[in-house]
Amino acid sequence: MSSDSNPKYPNSVDLDAARANLAQSEGKRLWQSLDELSETQEYHKFLEHEFPNDTAKEPEAAGINRRDALKLMAASAAMAGLSACTKMPLEKIVPYVKPPEEIIPGKALFYATSMSLGGVATGVLVESHMGRPTKIEGNPEHPGSLGGTSAQTQASILNLYDPDRSQTVLFLGRIDTWSGFVAAIANIRTQLGTKGEGLRVLTETVTSPTLGAQMKNLLTQYPEAKWHQYEPCGRDNERDGARMAFGKPVNAVYHFDKADVVVSLDSDFLNSGPGHVRYARDFAGRRGLEGPQPTLNRLYVAESMPTGTGAVADHRRPIRATEVETLAQQLAAAVGAGGGKAANSNVPADWTSAVARDLTSHRGSSIVIAGEGQPAEVHALAHAMNSALGNFGKTVTFTDALEADPVNQTDSLRELVGELNAGKVGILLIIGANPVYNAPADLDFKTAITKAELRIHSGLYTDETAQYCHWHVPATHYLESWSDARGYDGTIGIVQPLIAPLYDSHSVHEIIAALSGVQDKSDHDILRDYWKSQRPEKDKAFEDFWEVTLHDGVMAGTALPGISVSAKADFASQSASRQTADPNALEIVFRPDPSVGDGRFANNGWLQEVPKPITRLAWDNAAMVSPKTAQKLGVSRGDYVKIELSGRETKAGTWIVPGHADDSITLHLGYGRWLAGKIGSGPGFNAYPLRTTAAPWQATGVRISKTGNDYSFASVQHQYPIDRDHQETEQESTEAFRRDLVRIATLDEFRKNPDFAKSPEEEATAGLSLYPGFKYNGYAWGMAIDLNKCVGCNACVVACQSENNIAVVGKDQVERGRSMHWIRIDTYFRGDLETPEMYFEPLPCMQCENAPCEYVCPVGATTHSPEGLNEMTYNRCVGTRYCSNNCPYKVRRFNFYLFSDWTTKSLYGLRNPNVTVRSRGVMEKCTYCVQRINAAKIRSEEENRSVHDGEIVTACQGACPANAIVFGNINDPNSRVAKLKAQSRDYRLLTELNTRPRTSYLARVQNPNPEIRES
Amino acid sequence: MSQIFHRSTNLISRLTIFGGIFFLAALSYALYAIELSPYYTYVDLARQQPVPFSHKHHVGELGLDCRYCHTSVDQSSFAGLPPTQTCMTCHSQIWTNAPMLEPVRASYRDDKSLSWTRVNSVPQFVYFDHSIHVSKGIGCTTCHGPIAEMPLTWRAQTLYMEFCLNCHRQPEKYVRPKDEVFNPRYEPPPNQMELGEQLVKEYKIQKLTNCSTCHR
Repeated sequence: MSSDSNPKYPNSVDLDAARANLAQSEGKRLWQSLDELSETQEYHKFLEHEFPNDTAKEPEAAGINRRDALKLMAASAAMAGLSACTKMPLEKIVPYVKPPEEIIPGKALFYATSMSLGGVATGVLVESHMGRPTKIEGNPEHPGSLGGTSAQTQASILNLYDPDRSQTVLFLGRIDTWSGFVAAIANIRTQLGTKGEGLRVLTETVTSPTLGAQMKNLLTQYPEAKWHQYEPCGRDNERDGARMAFGKPVNAVYHFDKADVVVSLDSDFLNSGPGHVRYARDFAGRRGLEGPQPTLNRLYVAESMPTGTGAVADHRRPIRATEVETLAQQLAAAVGAGGGKAANSNVPADWTSAVARDLTSHRGSSIVIAGEGQPAEVHALAHAMNSALGNFGKTVTFTDALEADPVNQTDSLRELVGELNAGKVGILLIIGANPVYNAPADLDFKTAITKAELRIHSGLYTDETAQYCHWHVPATHYLESWSDARGYDGTIGIVQPLIAPLYDSHSVHEIIAALSGVQDKSDHDILRDYWKSQRPEKDKAFEDFWEVTLHDGVMAGTALPGISVSAKADFASQSASRQTADPNALEIVFRPDPSVGDGRFANNGWLQEVPKPITRLAWDNAAMVSPKTAQKLGVSRGDYVKIELSGRETKAGTWIVPGHADDSITLHLGYGRWLAGKIGSGPGFNAYPLRTTAAPWQATGVRISKTGNDYSFASVQHQYPIDRDHQETEQESTEAFRRDLVRIATLDEFRKNPDFAKSPEEEATAGLSLYPGFKYNGYAWGMAIDLNKCVGCNACVVACQSENNIAVVGKDQVERGRSMHWIRIDTYFRGDLETPEMYFEPLPCMQCENAPCEYVCPVGATTHSPEGLNEMTYNRCVGTRYCSNNCPYKVRRFNFYLFSDWTTKSLYGLRNPNVTVRSRGVMEKCTYCVQRINAAKIRSEEENRSVHDGEIVTACQGACPANAIVFGNINDPNSRVAKLKAQSRDYRLLTELNTRPRTSYLARVQNPNPEIRES
Repeated sequence: MSQIFHRSTNLISRLTIFGGIFFLAALSYALYAIELSPYYTYVDLARQQPVPFSHKHHVGELGLDCRYCHTSVDQSSFAGLPPTQTCMTCHSQIWTNAPMLEPVRASYRDDKSLSWTRVNSVPQFVYFDHSIHVSKGIGCTTCHGPIAEMPLTWRAQTLYMEFCLNCHRQPEKYVRPKDEVFNPRYEPPPNQMELGEQLVKEYKIQKLTNCSTCHR
């Protein structure tokens, strides 16, 4: 709650004014924020000033008077002069005693490993500089990645170096040792006897075959012991839906590359869940519009809270999460997949029937996918529809469950709590899970856990659960440990360490081994021995196999074989008889946060600061409601409200989200932690106290009331607006100006006029100048960003932050418009407040050929390179900020303070040694990853050739799961980027300024169903 | 009223004014001189090292190739400093009891790195790459000076930006045939300009003077 008497963010937006403003515009207007529509002061401040909060104020606003200011000025002038006289310090240089194999100082090495989230692995390649991992890339060999990554994968490296990680074994809060712990385990083993009565192990989802085997072995040793699994955002509904449909918890694998029509029932399949990186690539592969007869797939999304998947949909229907089941039943009935019933629904019948017709005309090439937040019945109905549509074996295939033990985790935790309360648990070993924070509220885990006689916790942090345990063993980060895990299709990915554990950490394998009586066996030996016993290869053949597996990071050919399943006959009608919720009751929806997930990434500054898709909030979650609902409930933006649900309550700030379903409140999980670390403890609101086992994802019967206080949010949506102040004529309306920024057509329009994104005026005036242009004889670097592919996932933003040592500035500075990201994802809305279309536009530096920034720098700190880069030379920059002021795209970022952490030792290892860590008072911006360009050029020159197309991959491009960003040499007509720029959809921003940007966009083409007329 | 100051004080005021100009000029010159002096640039100052390693002996007299120790000079940005193991390839056989080499043996024995004082370095915002210079025909001694004559190593050039740009603007003045790159006693031929221009063409040497070549 904000105690600031002067909230930095204007809380109230005038929704009526916004509506009136929208109604005035002809056709569908493109707009960015409610602030813009209601013309708040703050919006104008950001529109008209590059540095709206420019009073040199310390973050905590210490009053500075004129006298102090003069003193400081005099002192800084003197210091600035003196700083140039620094004598170079004498440095030490320390070689190896014995050089490690393979390492060439100054050259990065890449190793393959896997990162698991929710138990499911995605392959990654990790860049290592002299033994320290610095950057994560996707592993092209891994089917779950194909080279792409997610924002969370990119950011996971920050957790490795997090100074708040637990560093020593703790017993009763005091420092202990691993050997002390092992001795305690030996002692426990004698108590356990032969049966292991009272031993309970709680883990998160486990797909690791090795750990599965270890657990099995443990349970064989101790037949009375039990293994429980719990993860707050696991896949219970998906598993139960499969059980309902097929009688067993099979794993569905979707093939979006083969699907012409996709219907998502509240599924954000492009941005979350197993395989989402691969799914984004497959899906985007169908949106490229290349070839002579370009076609597009079509995506329908029904969801409450707008997601990235909803934003790229051709038809998005905001409906309450509790209503999705009704829609699923109607849709199932309409495609002939079972006995649906005609329940009342807020979705117009003609919408549903048009979608159904589209599905039935694409038998075998369509997908219906249900979101994890939907109950098992919806998943079962989706399976029934896919079955009825003949999609099985084509666009949807099935494998055995990925999990070593696919249990219902809610039931599993409930059972554990029951036994805890009954006093049956002697020893509770919790590995990775954090149930004290995230268990359903009705289980009251906090009380139950104290009933166990001895409690052991292993995790990366001494978190909420660790506080309730006698023993705490620091867990190894995945970049420090050996393990394995299955990918979304079952492929086994190897987890191998990039670095020896930084602290006294131990992996789960070692702890379970110790508990099974195997001491002093490293996780490497456990893993290797397991696979040695499993593989058909023996001796030399095994060594070869092992080497190849470690090199590739994946075990070739281990994707689980497809199995044929048949839907049970009657389940669809069973589910039809379920009571559906009152279609107008106010509901509350819980979803994992798009950045920090279920809370595990709460202490990750990169993920906290990256603006979330659609809301573009940083550092917070919020009670998110639609504009209509806000007015109905009488709350305005920034109101600090009390939310009550069946006797439990939590408090949260309100945020109004255009396009959110009415009568619905979305509250993201993962915030409001109290023992997450310096960064993660504090921000946001804890939604878990409202979440119960009966209604883990959505519930009705919620009451909301104002507390009378305000809450101030940090949203970047109204910041850095590209304005039209430069327009000499006022004739051009804002609407027309916006249409130039984001160019949109339907597939039909595109087919009729492939040049819709070009304007004749632009073409005629392109390149006109009184001055001779630059000549680019060698390389000319350029970038093409396909707006049709971008899914708004933020992977590029975090990848850029990781590659370029970009600092985290904190909520207070983000509110002032000082976040440092070099690439931002501008988000535009089109249409009304209730069902707007949404558009993502990733915006790095445009690298203009006639760059406005270059002309105004008084010290030549930003200059033009012969290859067309606008170079930023930090050591020359004196911080006048003229360049930023003159940048029409607002891509330059200024270090108002010493944002880079120069003092925390553990973060030293994180930094990319090829990029300067910037200090206070310098400007910075996207460089097209010039360090990678230079490295590739040096390599090619040494090999006496020119740089191959595709040899240079910028960080944003490499991270993009959707292949939306392509970089290369535009002087080479055969390069991928030149070919994309030659497409008719290619356009540039603000061409009237004659800046001649090197970054260009491929216009968005949608494929709406002609049968559906959106209001 | 009679004048307060005697006429002779005019001289003092004149001296002060003109002297001030000279003083400022002298001060500027002094600062400039300091900036270019070995005190400030470390040029020509031999450094004390844990082991008094002599390039003169190893390179000049024994004829070891630069790359025997600086192994990554033609592969990486960093030339590489020899690990203790490299020293011990010879010194486990010869001079095995020399007291001077005790730190080397101790390092090998205790698996503890030797800590040398850095002689040649550029500021942290400069990203210099050895391999590209070596592969384009820029010899070691062009920057590192007469290394074969150095009993203790000193910095031969300021390594200021001006120094770098000299060559980046006119590489023909400094480039040498590739097979002479590691020759510590290479002398530019009298027809250097002619040869240089030919080599610049042959080696496709670009005159890169834009900022991001070195700064990023």
